Amino acid sequence: MYGFFENMMGPHWGHFTASVLHVLIIMIALLLSLAYLLLADRKIWAAVQMRKGPNVVGPFGLLQSFADFFKFVFKEIVIPAGADRPLFILAPFLTFVLAFISWAVIPAGPGLAVSDINVGILYLFAISSLGVYGIIIGGWASNSKYPFLGALRSAAQMVSYEVSIGFIIITVLLLVGSLNLSDIVEAQAGGIWHWHAFMLTWPNIVLLPVLFPMLVIFFVSALAETNRPPFDLPEAESELVAGYQVEYSSTPYLLFMIGEYLNIVLMSAMTVILFLGGWHSPLPFPPFEWIPPVFWFALKIVLVFFMFAMVKAMVPRYRYDQLMRLGWKVFLPTSLVAVVLVGGYVALTGGPA
Amino acid sequence: MILQAIAFWILAGVAVSAAFMVVAARNPVRSVMWLILTFFTTAGLFVLIGAEFLAMLLVVVYVGAVAVLFLFVVMMLDVDFVELKQGFLQYMPVGALIALIMLAEMAFVGASWAASRGEAAAQPPAIPVSASNIEAIGAVLYTEYVYFFQAAGMVLLVAMIGAIVLTLRHREGVKRQDIGKQVGRKRDEAVELVDIEQGEGIG
Repeated sequence: MYGFFENMMGPHWGHFTASVLHVLIIMIALLLSLAYLLLADRKIWAAVQMRKGPNVVGPFGLLQSFADFFKFVFKEIVIPAGADRPLFILAPFLTFVLAFISWAVIPAGPGLAVSDINVGILYLFAISSLGVYGIIIGGWASNSKYPFLGALRSAAQMVSYEVSIGFIIITVLLLVGSLNLSDIVEAQAGGIWHWHAFMLTWPNIVLLPVLFPMLVIFFVSALAETNRPPFDLPEAESELVAGYQVEYSSTPYLLFMIGEYLNIVLMSAMTVILFLGGWHSPLPFPPFEWIPPVFWFALKIVLVFFMFAMVKAMVPRYRYDQLMRLGWKVFLPTSLVAVVLVGGYVALTGGPA
Repeated sequence: MILQAIAFWILAGVAVSAAFMVVAARNPVRSVMWLILTFFTTAGLFVLIGAEFLAMLLVVVYVGAVAVLFLFVVMMLDVDFVELKQGFLQYMPVGALIALIMLAEMAFVGASWAASRGEAAAQPPAIPVSASNIEAIGAVLYTEYVYFFQAAGMVLLVAMIGAIVLTLRHREGVKRQDIGKQVGRKRDEAVELVDIEQGEGIG
């Protein structure tokens, strides 16, 4: 695509046009897949509880998300009288924009990232650590008790779990020796036994008892980082009504919702890139190799998202002190030990490569 | 090149005006918001000079963690900041003096940098330009400056211990949750079957 436009319009404008098109394609693909992931989330949740879930709009309820979308957009935007107006409006925008810009570095296939920067994983980490602002600002600007409590909870929760996520990312970085996302995926080429979560090649197999638990801890931390059940304390509906979202209605609420779900998909994508081999097929021979890499990447994301949905349906909500205990007293020491072990292994053997 | 210049002036302008708004804003939470904007534009300036690793660190550490905790504290404070600002004129001479000293220092550094520009350009850079940011920083941080690095770590450790010692209170009679004990509990310890006569109760 880039070559075509650069031939047609000259190097500068062609590159510019192609980049804009690339971004647009990714945004549309994300929004469309989000509509169906949302539906899938509700359907899975319903199936676990032996309900049918949304099944009225369109065949099997396939158009439910679009109906919801129009309903949100056509409702009146209510801004509370005591709210801090600019910040109240800024918060959902911030959540929405931050959720989208992190996708700029995600490589959905070889060379398919909009911007394949050298500090890719650090960029993702930085953007995901900014995600907390949408929630804090929204909760504070609402000038109401429940949103404020939700905002305070989320601030403490997301900062705590970021620490262990950071350490887990470091274990993978030590193994790969690069912060570039494409390099991280390329390091896992050659079948499922080369993926970081299931390393079975000699001598890397000694790392299996370290790296597989890291995958589990990363997944649980991702649940906490995205405020998903069982860690959805910032919006715990049984105690805080809906937490930081109480005062939001109409399109601002929709932006919050899209941002939240997009962050979940992003965390799934990060799990896939760091541990599950990115765009590589699980078995490196023809019938699987013929399927395009983007498909494998999407399939793995959907798989991790399915796990997110199942956890939401099955696990009861944590109490707040239990959440903090898990983050600081269990995950942080475990991931720190893992960094030491992996670092020692890399120092001894000179890395798996 | 022209695009870089435009980006620099925009980022620098936003950074300076946001930094001014930190002081000028009436609402402390708004102040922290402007501070975050300042951090962010500074990270943009780092990217412009090719230090993308430092830029990301600035965003992760300052915007992602430090400013969140600032916000956390400031949001919960119930201080009348208008009242606090009453003594503005009284403190102005001292403040102006400090501002003047800092201005002089910065002018001095800038002037000496401009004067030695020719020499610096003649020297080859210590790290080859081809190495990535992280390699370049790691190559000097863990070799040449390793003692300073360790000393900084020790200072942070002491500060951390100090903060814990200052805030840790041992309270008597607090029931704590022992997860291992809860999980290790058997049915026999927890459930007791009692035969109760009708109309008698358990007492």
